[in-house]
Amino acid sequence: MHDMSAHAVQHHAPPTSFIRKHIFSLDHKVIGKQYYALALVAALTGMVLSWLMRIHLGWTNAAIPGLQSLSKTGAPGGVITPEYYLQLMTMHGTIMVFFVLTTAPFAAFGNFFLPIQVGAEDMPFPRFNMMSFWVTFTAFIVLMASFFVGDGPTLGGWTQYAPLNAVGSVGGPGQGAGVVLWATSIALFCVGQLLGALNFIPTTLDLRTKGMSLLRLPLSAWAWFITSCMGLTAFAVLMPACILVILDHVAGTSFFVPSNTVINDQLQPHSGGSTLLWQHLFWFFGHPEVYIAIVPGIGIVSHILITNMRRPMLSHRVLIYSMGALAVLSYMVYGHHMFVSGMNPISSLAFSFPTLIITIPSTIIVLIQVFSLYGSKLRINSASLFALGFISMFVSGGVSGFFLAQPSIDIMLHATYFVVGHFHMVMGVAAMFGIFAATYFWFPKMTGRMMNETLGKIHFWLSFVGAYCIFMPFHYLGMAGNVRRYSSFPDDFLQPLIPVHRFITVAALVTGAAQLIFLYNLIHSRFWGKPAPDNPWEATSLEWSTATPPPFDNFGGKHPVVYHDPYQYGVESSVGDYVMQVSPEQVKTEQEEK
Amino acid sequence: MAKFFAITIIVIAILSAIPILRHTWVAPEDISTHGALIDEQMSETMAEAGISFLAAQFVLAFFIWKFSNPGPDAKIKRFPGGAKGLVIAALLVVGVEVIALGIFGVKAWANVYLTAPSADAMPIQVQAGQFAFYFRYPGPDRKFGPIHPELISEGSQNFYGLDPDHDPDSKDDIVTAEMAIPVNKEIHLLMHSKDVGHSFYVRELRVQQDFVPGLDVSLHFTATKIGRYEIVCTQLCGLGHYNMKAYLNVLSQQDFEDWLKKEAAMQ
Repeated sequence: MHDMSAHAVQHHAPPTSFIRKHIFSLDHKVIGKQYYALALVAALTGMVLSWLMRIHLGWTNAAIPGLQSLSKTGAPGGVITPEYYLQLMTMHGTIMVFFVLTTAPFAAFGNFFLPIQVGAEDMPFPRFNMMSFWVTFTAFIVLMASFFVGDGPTLGGWTQYAPLNAVGSVGGPGQGAGVVLWATSIALFCVGQLLGALNFIPTTLDLRTKGMSLLRLPLSAWAWFITSCMGLTAFAVLMPACILVILDHVAGTSFFVPSNTVINDQLQPHSGGSTLLWQHLFWFFGHPEVYIAIVPGIGIVSHILITNMRRPMLSHRVLIYSMGALAVLSYMVYGHHMFVSGMNPISSLAFSFPTLIITIPSTIIVLIQVFSLYGSKLRINSASLFALGFISMFVSGGVSGFFLAQPSIDIMLHATYFVVGHFHMVMGVAAMFGIFAATYFWFPKMTGRMMNETLGKIHFWLSFVGAYCIFMPFHYLGMAGNVRRYSSFPDDFLQPLIPVHRFITVAALVTGAAQLIFLYNLIHSRFWGKPAPDNPWEATSLEWSTATPPPFDNFGGKHPVVYHDPYQYGVESSVGDYVMQVSPEQVKTEQEEK
Repeated sequence: MAKFFAITIIVIAILSAIPILRHTWVAPEDISTHGALIDEQMSETMAEAGISFLAAQFVLAFFIWKFSNPGPDAKIKRFPGGAKGLVIAALLVVGVEVIALGIFGVKAWANVYLTAPSADAMPIQVQAGQFAFYFRYPGPDRKFGPIHPELISEGSQNFYGLDPDHDPDSKDDIVTAEMAIPVNKEIHLLMHSKDVGHSFYVRELRVQQDFVPGLDVSLHFTATKIGRYEIVCTQLCGLGHYNMKAYLNVLSQQDFEDWLKKEAAMQ
């Protein structure tokens, strides 16, 4: 057990100037909110891009009012050109994966709550933490700038496969300056997340307060810790890969372009590069990234469900070990993205088995979460609805992984909408549901005000049903062989599938519009919401034992002492059916009975 | 609200399963000798994934229905099997399930990728470039002439950069925009990209393979049914990706020979 609280923290005084307080703040809570705001802007941008894509896929020649003003060449008369479609798609994927699914569940909530949940007054390196956000913010600006530079953003997809990513503007619109901006943005993003991970890991290991053993950490804290370990290794590989792409563009190198490449009848001035090298580097990051997006969700949702079930999970340890197993296995499975890439076919089999085996820890997580509901006293509110919705989506997206883990089936399903449906459900919608659950749950602590429950529930219903209407049909399209990343469907065999695309488009527009209810609720509640008590959910972990919102040093100059496991629910105590971690009150607990 | 949520989950789960059970959207009929194993693997995986999906959603819905908002006197109960039972169940049921799928799937994969083409397989080269496929038949000498990248010219229709004046092997090479093959004849497809990444996907043939710029890869397959099928690109290759396609004509031996003669005459 550690007692580092009084010594290890780098103390810094409360800021006094506006800039130090709200902009270049060293306070992890302000930085967490800044990350949340960035993710919110990014999510809205990504959602609008998806609307434009969906309208184009449903009605290819539809003129979208006002779009011409964004890009005269990309949308003449408001009609999206094939290349502009690919540019919108690339930006949608990049924005969502990096600036929403990584920043919100990990950087935003992790920054705000990890130090509080471990009982620290801040992260150990607050200046690195501040840099982490501002570098990430700069990365977002650099990415968005590509909309307004030259012939627009890159059209190569969020995976930016080589050699299209390295041949320059001869490869198509956006493949010159657009790619350089993309790679610069992502390299910066990696720096930001590495700085974040460098703070999260020692916060968890070294700054735990008295009594806070590792197993007394809430599951959310464990999830952020495991995620930061993944981030440290995954982003450290993507960053140099992006630098090599930039060098291929500006320094005449040929890391990713082989000899004898001919484009527009011109032999390109490159030789000796490897296209598969990019795929290995990218997916060595890319698959852990899936878990970087979803593991925080698993931890957060477990934390929220426990509070609302009024009982701990069936096994705290098994959940932690399973999340750890996901993290370790995530590096051994990345080759399943490359089964038909031209990689050695024996390698495909070698990558297939760990991919199948990763189903086991995933199944254990779902089984523990679901069967912990048995005999609970489940409270239904916006947070718990989204948490339960997370499980449903995680299952639906997870089972399609059975198919894609097998090289022989991947021959049929690779690069089809089946893959798009799979990853949107399991890492997109499920992770978003985790973010929504976290928002409804922690908003009172972050802002001092409650969110509107009725609006929250309406938001949930529209999102839950809507997400299924959008993403389940993706799987059917894929099974029929509908290739992804097509700006329209001129092939004979794709024509009959267009009505399905139209259904999805309508569902996407309605579901997207429902997110505006959330946005309204968020902004309205921030200023005019009902004042929140310190512990509105009758929860046990440390964030609920301090004031709402927490003071600058989190615990008002005190160092909390932890007496209990994180989830002492279903007990009889002086305050109700729970005992807070900081309460010295001794009660007979379920664990002790066992 | 909890009960309504539980019903919603069940309705969504059932509605999601109906198109699968009714085979509303499925891959077209297989026309290859290797595809049956892939289809079988797909069906078995669908059965296991489908059962897992429905079971998980139903149990989730049932527990939400049963255990939400109980009265104040309700007592917390523990699932009788505990975590240990669930972990063992996951290891045994899911572990055995996925390992079995993996092992059985090896055969389907090996059929396509871990066997060599027979000695009399017909070699055909396919070259992918933004945004078209071109096919090359070696002619009577059964030898492909070398590719000279600097000679590649769409304008003069020298799609492969051949130099028949200096390379005797190139003289009888036949380059076409459509692919024709004889039925029931093994094809050895040699895949070459002249620019960026592309892919060769024929749903009916149960074939999908990326082109790797700088690295020629090959495939072998046998088509068993005469017909005309679409070959499409599935690897994002630029602005015309959606429109990059060609046709595969599976012909009788006689029709194929007639077609090849006609194409040779047009070179």
